Amino acid sequence: MTRSKSKITKYLIPFFLIIFYVAYAGIKMAYADEPKNEIAPTPEKTEISASVHSPESEVVSEHKSEKLDAGKMILEHIADAHDWHIAGHLSIPLPIIIKDATGFKFFSSSRFEHGHAAYLGYKIVENKIAAVNEDGTVIQDASFYDLSITKNVASMFFAVFTLLWIMLSIAGRYKKDSLRAPKGIQSLVEPLIIFLRDEVVKPSIGPKYEKFLPYLLTIFFFIFINNLFGLIPFMPGGANVTGNIAITLVLATFTFVITSYNGNKGYWKHIVLPPGVPMWLLPMMIPIEIIGTLNKPIVLMIRLFANITAGHIIILGFLSLIFIFAEMNAGLGYGVSIVSVSFSVFMYMLELLVAFLQAYVFTLLSSLYFGAAVEEHHTEDHH
Amino acid sequence: MTLLNIILQVATDPGFAKMGAGIGAGLAAVGAGIGIGRIGGSALESMARQPEMSGDLRANMIVAAALVEGAVFFAIVLCLLIVFK
Repeated sequence: MTRSKSKITKYLIPFFLIIFYVAYAGIKMAYADEPKNEIAPTPEKTEISASVHSPESEVVSEHKSEKLDAGKMILEHIADAHDWHIAGHLSIPLPIIIKDATGFKFFSSSRFEHGHAAYLGYKIVENKIAAVNEDGTVIQDASFYDLSITKNVASMFFAVFTLLWIMLSIAGRYKKDSLRAPKGIQSLVEPLIIFLRDEVVKPSIGPKYEKFLPYLLTIFFFIFINNLFGLIPFMPGGANVTGNIAITLVLATFTFVITSYNGNKGYWKHIVLPPGVPMWLLPMMIPIEIIGTLNKPIVLMIRLFANITAGHIIILGFLSLIFIFAEMNAGLGYGVSIVSVSFSVFMYMLELLVAFLQAYVFTLLSSLYFGAAVEEHHTEDHH
Repeated sequence: MTLLNIILQVATDPGFAKMGAGIGAGLAAVGAGIGIGRIGGSALESMARQPEMSGDLRANMIVAAALVEGAVFFAIVLCLLIVFK
């Protein structure tokens, strides 16, 4: 029974991946067949280019070759977007999901035509969705929830599916025969897990480490896989997931909540009443300690976000140097490309190290905080 | 130019913000260099004194370097915000 179960588990995840893509393509095709004059309220904008509706992609071919604005290009690559840019002018429009007073609205972001058209009372303004009136002016303070599948969300789903696939197949292999020698991807992941358990989690937390081990391993692999996928320049990588401060904020909040929830009396006493502090200094110590407690997850968040984003900016900057120089003089472009590409390769190696290191540091610091929270109170020694 | 003239220029001309951001980023890099240099230096010194501890020392050195870099990157992000907003 377990034998067949693990075999099915191995194929379930890619099966779901395919189902997800097929469903998306189907929905896209269904919306693509909608005639344009059903968009009643907004004035109809003539299509600037001939769009070919194929299941997976849309070609918008109206930009003439423009000068490269390096700063804008870099910022576009770092930031989130409502369509996934593949190559040149090819991009996959991602679904927009908006919840407002009238309920849920679900449509493809190609309706927005890269910010030129409004649809159903909404429009993309500076990469964000804004509610607009019928003549196109933005309604201030409109309250709606933008729950769209943006580039970062789609990339996160992809990373999660990959992670589930890897981990479930490894777990299946352990369930089948736990004493068998590791094979395949198991021999890559198992040393990592054992390294984390023995060198990071057990020394930091002590005897109660098993309670926190699943969360810490999940955090490590989630950050590591998302960092690595952010480095891949083409689809389905290339979305700057861990460089999105909202995502790192959520991860840091998880750590903070788990630390606070598991803090025992000694932990809170250390914060509110640090031992060995003379009485007259106490009113000053308490705000400092409270700020210190909040500071730890905030710094976790900023560290991960800034490291990954800075790495991406540096690599993109080196590569756009080629184009900047090429605009001045074609030969100069070729010459600079040698230097630029070699620097980029070096930065990529560094970024690989940073990808692992940041995941490791996040996990290490989280386990240190957990260890401090559950630490048994020793007999009062001289502080 | 008198001091007042300089202050007036700083208060009104928006270009000075970018210069401030550049100087800030440079100072942040100096801070990172000093901090990580000291960490690396003392770690190497200890490894020379006691080679069998070098695994332990290496791990702790990396941790301390990452913590210092956290503060540095905060400064860099602020400077980037100034330049791009």
